[in-house]
Amino acid sequence: MNNSYIIGKINSGTMVVPQTSASLKPEDFRGAVMVRWGFRRDNYRIEAGLYAIGNPDSNSDVFVTSNYKLTFDNLRKNLSGIDGWILVLDTKGVNVWCAAGKGTFGTKELVKSIKLVSLENVVNHKRIILPQLGATGVAAFKVKEETGFNVHYGPVLASDIKKFIAAGYRADKVMRKVKFGLADRIKLIPNDFMYGKYYLLGAMFLVFLISGLSRHGISYRDFSGGGGPAILKVFLAYLAGIVFTPLLLPYIPGRQFSLKGFFSGMIVYLGFLLLKNPATNLVETVSWFFIISTLSSFTAMNFTGTSTFTSLAGVKKEMKLFVPLQIIFASAGIILQVIGKFINPSL
Amino acid sequence: MKDLIYLPDVVTLALNEDTCNGCGMCVKVCPHEVFEMWDHKAHIVRKDYCMECGACALNCQVQALSVKSGVGCAAGIINGLLRNTEPTCDCGGSSSCC
Repeated sequence: MNNSYIIGKINSGTMVVPQTSASLKPEDFRGAVMVRWGFRRDNYRIEAGLYAIGNPDSNSDVFVTSNYKLTFDNLRKNLSGIDGWILVLDTKGVNVWCAAGKGTFGTKELVKSIKLVSLENVVNHKRIILPQLGATGVAAFKVKEETGFNVHYGPVLASDIKKFIAAGYRADKVMRKVKFGLADRIKLIPNDFMYGKYYLLGAMFLVFLISGLSRHGISYRDFSGGGGPAILKVFLAYLAGIVFTPLLLPYIPGRQFSLKGFFSGMIVYLGFLLLKNPATNLVETVSWFFIISTLSSFTAMNFTGTSTFTSLAGVKKEMKLFVPLQIIFASAGIILQVIGKFINPSL
Repeated sequence: MKDLIYLPDVVTLALNEDTCNGCGMCVKVCPHEVFEMWDHKAHIVRKDYCMECGACALNCQVQALSVKSGVGCAAGIINGLLRNTEPTCDCGGSSSCC
């Protein structure tokens, strides 16, 4: 990765540190789009360590963040006009909240980094600002014990940092709360769409294989009448689970994501019933009910990980009920699909 | 917008109010306004909104809070089952939880 986010060098008092700026360049935006769609995301990281933004001195604030470049870019963008220090922890290129969950954005890593850059020689105060969501991995009182620095948990969003500072390093109720609005959900859909691609391709391949069966043998010549529409139905079911369900999340009935996904899948199935070839036999028609609803339900269930309000205990409970149902539905769908091919008199 | 809420009565969060020293840290780190302070003690007021992230328990100096924290993520739970480990997210960087 190129280092265009570094614009110079600055002397911290004890060492020379790279200087960054609050203005993002076109390649930063390009990188952000790519990584949202799952390209190069394993390597979208910057080097850990201390950075300067603007022209900080020993009174300036210290902001701690992860080394996922999307996070780093978002932080510096929101620090425009502020002279400060940015302490980047090595979170293996993962954002703050997730890294905090895994412990890489954690007490140990923070203490180590503070010591590594001799932060006590860089600033003459004992205040470090962490994003609130880092609290899942960092025990503020332990950092205090081991380094003397006071962790101030800032707002959830970097965009509230200036308000937070202006309020005397206090995050109010609104700043502390994680929201999951439409814009948040839309941003996260591409990643989830790409994450499930092997399930999608696997399901497409399976229905394509079955589409060629008939009691007269195997033939894949009639793609537009057999394999094509089958693949399309699978694709639409996948979209229902991973695009429509997140988009309309608050409005779809049910608490469980699997159930919400089931309902989204039903919309696709109703569309299929309205548009289907009248010659389709009943068994095949019913088989699509099972296949579409399972796929949509399963992919929607995986959105629990992306959402910001599902608990481990809750997801376990949901899965205990829905995964067996999904397995039964998927099996029923595949069996009926095959049977449907052999009783279809038109072939 | 109304706050989104997941399943009721499943969350493992527990607070021992006798142990609580009233520092208020849990209120500060909770992303879902689960706690409120009164009479110099923390109180759980919106338990069903808890996502078991564990921030409150980790930052509680007197260990008055406990929660079985982890990723509320179906893919993570499946990963964990396949590898015979705790639920683990390996879906990379940008998604909100994992």
